[in-house]
Amino acid sequence: MSAMKIQRKALVTLKEGAYKWLFATLAFASLVFLVGIVFTLLTESLPVFSKIRPTSFLFGPFWYPTADPPEMGIWPLITASFAVTAGAMVVCVPIGVGTALFIHELAGRRQRAFLKPVIEILAGIPSIVYGFFGMVVVAPILQDLLGIPTGLCAFTASLVLGIMATPTVASLAEDALSFVPRSFREASLALGANRWQTLTRVVMPAAGSGISTAVILGMGRAVGETMTVLMVAGGAAMVPKSLFDPVRPMTSTIAAEMGEAVMGSLHYNALFAIGLMLFLITLGVNIIAEIISRRFRLKLGLGR
Amino acid sequence: MAPETKICAQHIDFFYGRTRALKDISLDIYANRVTALIGPSGCGKSTFIRLINRMNDLIPGTRVEGKIIMDGLDINHPRTDVVDLRRRVGMVFQKPNPFPKSIYENMSYGLRINGMKDRNFIEQRVVSALKKAALYDDVKDRLHESALMLSGGQQQRLCIARCLVVEPEVILFDEPCASLDPISTRKIEELILELKKDYTIVIVTHNMQQAARVSDYTAFMYMGELVEYDLTEKIFTVPKERMTEEYLSGKFG
Repeated sequence: MSAMKIQRKALVTLKEGAYKWLFATLAFASLVFLVGIVFTLLTESLPVFSKIRPTSFLFGPFWYPTADPPEMGIWPLITASFAVTAGAMVVCVPIGVGTALFIHELAGRRQRAFLKPVIEILAGIPSIVYGFFGMVVVAPILQDLLGIPTGLCAFTASLVLGIMATPTVASLAEDALSFVPRSFREASLALGANRWQTLTRVVMPAAGSGISTAVILGMGRAVGETMTVLMVAGGAAMVPKSLFDPVRPMTSTIAAEMGEAVMGSLHYNALFAIGLMLFLITLGVNIIAEIISRRFRLKLGLGR
Repeated sequence: MAPETKICAQHIDFFYGRTRALKDISLDIYANRVTALIGPSGCGKSTFIRLINRMNDLIPGTRVEGKIIMDGLDINHPRTDVVDLRRRVGMVFQKPNPFPKSIYENMSYGLRINGMKDRNFIEQRVVSALKKAALYDDVKDRLHESALMLSGGQQQRLCIARCLVVEPEVILFDEPCASLDPISTRKIEELILELKKDYTIVIVTHNMQQAARVSDYTAFMYMGELVEYDLTEKIFTVPKERMTEEYLSGKFG
């Protein structure tokens, strides 16, 4: 009997070990991908810097990669990305945070039950659909309305991108609000504060860094978005002078030009270098968001 | 001399949806006395005190019948100013719940939401409330540090002080020592005995010894009903109801 028992026990141990290895492998797969991507980005983009100085690559005012000799300064693309992202934030922060506050603090049960799925559906629409909508609906309307030469410009891109990033901001901000312990609210109300005072003086400060995290992650989403801006931003690689200039952000540059760039050429490597820049920007954004949210959890005494 | 009635509950019924959580509760709460509510979990004692400052309003789908009168004010009347009521009836919760702000900001909150701006006045009130709550000596050198740095017992005394700042008439304690160690508990109990000189106190407690130590009157509740209500010494020595006696002797609970 005992021999059989031991055998069974050994089998169980073996099985448990196998499961552990299986899941460990799966868990580490993403690490492998990350390392692979960073490695590729570096090896494919570094050759550019042997021909062009990093400063003139970053701050050069002209992007004519196929001219002879080529001009490869990505300053117009960087400024375009920042302009469009900043514009998108102007749209999505008030709408997103406002929506979260409404859902969390003011909405009745029915309004909440209606609004939450609406936001989730908005988040689930593929970006190409937003781009399409921006191109055929929003751009012509704005062109007529504002009397601008083309509706495909930084302004339209900001608007469409802002609407796209709204659900991210709204749902993360709502999470931040729901992390605020009910006891804070009760304490405030029990002291004779009204709802508005409780919201602005206790709940919002307590959720403040969580809401900032939501905003920053929304920004990350806007910076990295490709399809929409490719379709509505206009595509001109010039440093924008106004919001109504057509622009060519970093992401759409890669998407538009990767197909034509000869593999291994300087242009090809330059596109990878743009990719590396984007990666660094979004990495920075995520690190900032992580630091803020950690501070937030500490402040509420929720541990690390 | 018979004590003056501060709060008078008349035939209170309370419903969570269809569940009747309180059944025909009538009792008088006397001014400058400590009234303890005891009974097993779920008997409705917390629900009852949360009616006195209308905290149950926050729970959707609840309904109250009957009247609670405080100094002539009909607490449940739809036109009663809830904000003003809550200024007159302070509450200390089961778990210490200081705001994630500095000690001073916690203390001044109740005054600032009332629109008080005079710094000297605020500081005076804050200091005097901290002294009343026997916390001043512990915190006087770190008033601008986070309240979350305090120990659990200190946090709870801060919550008491925070509610004293607005000078309420009644203080409701909802199991204030549930999460505290015996030493902190003793400090809170001493504080309650001190505070009853100036305030009317209602305390919900799980701890029968605590009720015996701090209260003048004790109400024993069971399954939403008020079984017995009398002077604490009578309840603990010569209870009239068999159920009270059985609960106090630990036969159920």
